[in-house]
Amino acid sequence: MAGRQAVKAYLDLVSQACRAMLIFLKHNKIPHTVENIAIRKGQHKTPAFTKLNPMQKLPVLEDNGFVLTESDAILKYLATAYNVPDHWYPKLPEKRARVDEYTAWNHTNTHINTSSIFLHEVLLPCMGQPTNPENFEKVLADLDGTLDKLENMFLKNQPFLCGDDISLADLLAVCELIPTCLSSHGLEMDILKDRPKLLSWRNRVQSALSDSFDEAHSVVYQIREKFTAKLSPC
Amino acid sequence: MPLELYLDLHSQPCRSVLLFAQINKIPFEFKAVDLSAGEQYGEEFGKVSIIRKVPVLKDGDFILTESIAILQYLAAKHHTPDNWYPTDLQKRARVDEFLSWQHTNIRTHGSKVFWFRGVMPAVTGVPVPKEKMDAAVEDLNASLKTFEDKFLQSRPFIIGDKISLADLVAIVEIMQPVGTGLDVFQGRPALSAWRDRVKKEIGVEVFDEAHKVIMNVDTLAQTFENKGLPEFLKLKIQRMFN
Repeated sequence: MAGRQAVKAYLDLVSQACRAMLIFLKHNKIPHTVENIAIRKGQHKTPAFTKLNPMQKLPVLEDNGFVLTESDAILKYLATAYNVPDHWYPKLPEKRARVDEYTAWNHTNTHINTSSIFLHEVLLPCMGQPTNPENFEKVLADLDGTLDKLENMFLKNQPFLCGDDISLADLLAVCELIPTCLSSHGLEMDILKDRPKLLSWRNRVQSALSDSFDEAHSVVYQIREKFTAKLSPC
Repeated sequence: MPLELYLDLHSQPCRSVLLFAQINKIPFEFKAVDLSAGEQYGEEFGKVSIIRKVPVLKDGDFILTESIAILQYLAAKHHTPDNWYPTDLQKRARVDEFLSWQHTNIRTHGSKVFWFRGVMPAVTGVPVPKEKMDAAVEDLNASLKTFEDKFLQSRPFIIGDKISLADLVAIVEIMQPVGTGLDVFQGRPALSAWRDRVKKEIGVEVFDEAHKVIMNVDTLAQTFENKGLPEFLKLKIQRMFN
């Protein structure tokens, strides 16, 4: 859109939602600047950031004075404002509904369960804190249920979650489902490893997003490598 | 073939979908799903949705779950008045923002308080431990504070002068604990005034009718005694407390 000023994205790439937003901006060549807000340093709780977003959460979008939170809302706003290809957020009600269905379901399903895994497998061990094996079993069971539904309710026999083309749904989902790092048993932890259908879906989505995907995930890959190096036998 | 809406009015999202259809005079067939009897786990309902939750919309062969998606679909398909889900980009974004936030805030905490006050005692015969109850109420209070400070502020409705899907979803969620005797509107004059405005826009009778079931939730104990406790409920309760 000619003459339109760049939007500002407040991000911490440890967050799945932030990665989804960055990928979308880059992939669709939407002019933007990034302000990195380091959650681990408490930068989301500074007076300045709290003024911007009283809920102290990321990501945040600022579009020439218009401040928007919640990644669902941000992605849908960007998709419409920048007139991106229709498949991202189709205009036809029946097709749009499928994307809306996923973005709603994501909150209390994919997102919650993968966040728990990340917490148990990556963050707690990295911070040297003990994990709770019993609780972890429950978390794994919940995730299993979520992945079943992802496969049988959304993906089914389609190439992408909502049909023949990639959409916001795939973008949000894939950022939740990248391989994390080593489990406490020293084995590579890929929560999709026993699910060939979801594995090929993930590859398909990653291919469609190519460089933008890798760029956004560089931080996570670094954490993973750092952790791997720590655990490797000498 | 008419539009079918699979609903149980104990469920907040079912109420928002019902009210939206009624307010906008969208013709539909009300397909009752009795959650307290575990009907969502039955064979019939399984054919409609494998997630086994309500609400579900069935429009011919098109089946849709998730109330937010259903509301957005109905608004588009039936060309409802613009204020419900504005075409103005920034106004729409504000509605989407609230509809996204509420999933893990008002919805989660309102539901928990409802379960702890309204369902658990009916099932177990004893109240939930004070510590857990207090924590749940504290979380709900925090959500309500954010709702008032960030989403409502001093506006008549969430996004401005007119009611939208955001207000509809908010009101049904906030009403959930009220049915168990926890009047969250007491001591919150701004919230009460907003509730009155929303009720007026929806239609007081229509609103009260949709909430009749939840306002009589103290009959649940008797219901379980009469029908027996469904297995899924026992399991759910076990998981909640482990």
